[in-house]
Amino acid sequence: MIRLEKRPQPSRAWSLATPLLAVLATMIAGGLLFAALGKDPVEAIRTIFWEPLFGEFSFYYRPQLLVKGAPLVLIAIGLSLGFKAGIWNIGAEGQYIMGALFGAGVGLAFYPFEAWYIFPLMVIAGGFGGWIWAMIPAFLKVRFGTNEILVSLMLVYVAEQFLASMSLGLLKNPEGRGFPGSRNLQQYDSAHNAELIAGSGMHWGVVAALIAVIFAYVLLNRHMVGYHIRLTGEAPRAARFAGVNPTRLILFCLGTSGMLAGLAGMFEVSGPSGQVSIDFNVGYGFTAIIVAFLGRLHPVGILLAGGLMALTYIGGDIAQSNLQLPSAAIQVFQGMLLFFLLAFDLLTNFRISLGKPEVS
Amino acid sequence: MKLTNLMTSAAVALGLATAALADDPTKVGFVYVGPVGDGGWTYEHDQARKAVVEEFGDKVETVYVESVAEGPDAERVITQMALQGADLIFTTSFGYMDPTINVAAKFPDVKFEHATGYKNADNVSTYSARFYEGRAVQGTIAGHMTKSNVVGYIGSYPIPEVIRGINSAYIHAKKVNPDVEFKIVWAFTWFDPAKEADAAKVLIEQGADVILQHTDSTAPQAAAQAAGNVITFGQASDMAEYAPAPRVSSIIDNWAPYYIARTQAVMDGTWESKSTWDGIGAGMVGIGEISDAVPADVKEAALAIKAALADGSYHAFTGPLNKQDGSAWLAEGETADDGTLAGMNFYVEGIEGDIPQ
Repeated sequence: MIRLEKRPQPSRAWSLATPLLAVLATMIAGGLLFAALGKDPVEAIRTIFWEPLFGEFSFYYRPQLLVKGAPLVLIAIGLSLGFKAGIWNIGAEGQYIMGALFGAGVGLAFYPFEAWYIFPLMVIAGGFGGWIWAMIPAFLKVRFGTNEILVSLMLVYVAEQFLASMSLGLLKNPEGRGFPGSRNLQQYDSAHNAELIAGSGMHWGVVAALIAVIFAYVLLNRHMVGYHIRLTGEAPRAARFAGVNPTRLILFCLGTSGMLAGLAGMFEVSGPSGQVSIDFNVGYGFTAIIVAFLGRLHPVGILLAGGLMALTYIGGDIAQSNLQLPSAAIQVFQGMLLFFLLAFDLLTNFRISLGKPEVS
Repeated sequence: MKLTNLMTSAAVALGLATAALADDPTKVGFVYVGPVGDGGWTYEHDQARKAVVEEFGDKVETVYVESVAEGPDAERVITQMALQGADLIFTTSFGYMDPTINVAAKFPDVKFEHATGYKNADNVSTYSARFYEGRAVQGTIAGHMTKSNVVGYIGSYPIPEVIRGINSAYIHAKKVNPDVEFKIVWAFTWFDPAKEADAAKVLIEQGADVILQHTDSTAPQAAAQAAGNVITFGQASDMAEYAPAPRVSSIIDNWAPYYIARTQAVMDGTWESKSTWDGIGAGMVGIGEISDAVPADVKEAALAIKAALADGSYHAFTGPLNKQDGSAWLAEGETADDGTLAGMNFYVEGIEGDIPQ
């Protein structure tokens, strides 16, 4: 008889091995899926994972990995702090939108004036936009005990309405022939989050993501707040005895994750995207939740997971174009990744034992 | 600069390789905003892609990527197609405009065709269809058919393209039925069956017995079928599965003749950058078969309008017409110029409600 037995301690080895196993299992199951669609599975997997990194045009795709991965990592780092403490910010997508709107709004308010301080002001505004949007669920939670999962998620849809309204109204490009969407910030030097080295994909958002990784690592390992976060997540009762102030922790975790999501939105709108438009948000805030878990809520893990996720997006598009795989198949493939991760996660906390239950 | 150089040299190398192989097929790329199975906008673009394949056989190779988000993802996908040797790339959504222009600047030897935009370059053409001509036909049928005198209209986004359609449909419904009233719901989506169904239900509850839609799913057709005694029109594609009722006719985007002509031009080396805005006459806007649910005299009136629009003897926006606020727009017999139509941001007199801002 096969039974699951709870481990006294979560296994450290399995905790590290499960993401790798999940990727492997995704490759196998994904390969079967692609084969069932009549495509060469080995070629499809190779296209997704190998082509962007080492293929003929990797000189173009590698920088794109940074562009695609940076917002994911930046958001996921913020989310991971709260997730560790059992504070669930599901609304990063909304905070991302608000950050973009605040940042772009400040930039566009100065148009066409050129000055060095415009971009830093936009960064501050972007972070503030995300922070204030996350403060709504935070405040409601600490004041009225509302559920932050629901409130933060619902606010995504409110933010989307703001985005549509801004694209059609206040921020609409007056020279845009009546079409929705703002001016393109890529054509406004003072507000453009340009590549720091042309062709490298490195823009300020990538730098911010790397700083966030280091910041989170230090915070979690060397700082009292980090200790409180971990303690609250692992042993809430003990945390209370240790004098952790839950209100402060909620405000800190939601605020920080909101701010980072806002920054990600701001760097995106002023750089790779360039424009506030109705369809500006493409789901980074939700994908970042996957990235956070795939990275085991560990800063370095999240960095790697963000890279992996970006790889599947870019490789997935190449596979669509080269092998004519339907985009739905690529999405299923990405979904499998989280599914297998959660499934294998069981092994971290449980042991599979064969035979009769032992008498304890 | 380094990347640009690399890309140019990659493109040149590929170009040389192409020249070396005389039999090498012309590679045509398509970037789609929705899934090819959306039954509407993207579906019709993909039908046209298939028509290109059918026309040229082995002489072309087509590739496409579906559900590409507007913005940096689009720019990456377009670049990827250009890098991999596409000779001609169709980018089929308005939001691909700046990405298309950006990529085109890096690949001067590749030809680009951007749908519904207004930015051209030496290697970027734009093309769109005069869907408002089809709306004139729909408006005529709607005006005749409505018994409640309430016509419901599901708008996608308040952009000139959609506002033109509402105005054109209203003008022609009003012409045959002075008591007609339009109720407009903005769905703020091009394709979202759930939202579209909700919009249709709201309109039906408000008394509409004709539903026009500028969104791409068949959900409003299904809602109308469930309600009974409500007629609809197919949008972007024929939606014939809902014929003869509720779907009584449709506007079909027919991109095939254009895509074939442009591919031929690339093969012949005669491709030039231009702006195309074709209507019923050129076959870019098709009117789906008017079903038997429509009385013969109404059908005749609709077909007469269609014929007049096709041969150019009638313009869908012919004066006298006033704007919503009552100010004069077009004098007796005057027709709207393309510039005004392209940027249309006002309702004509008689339509109630405001265009959302």
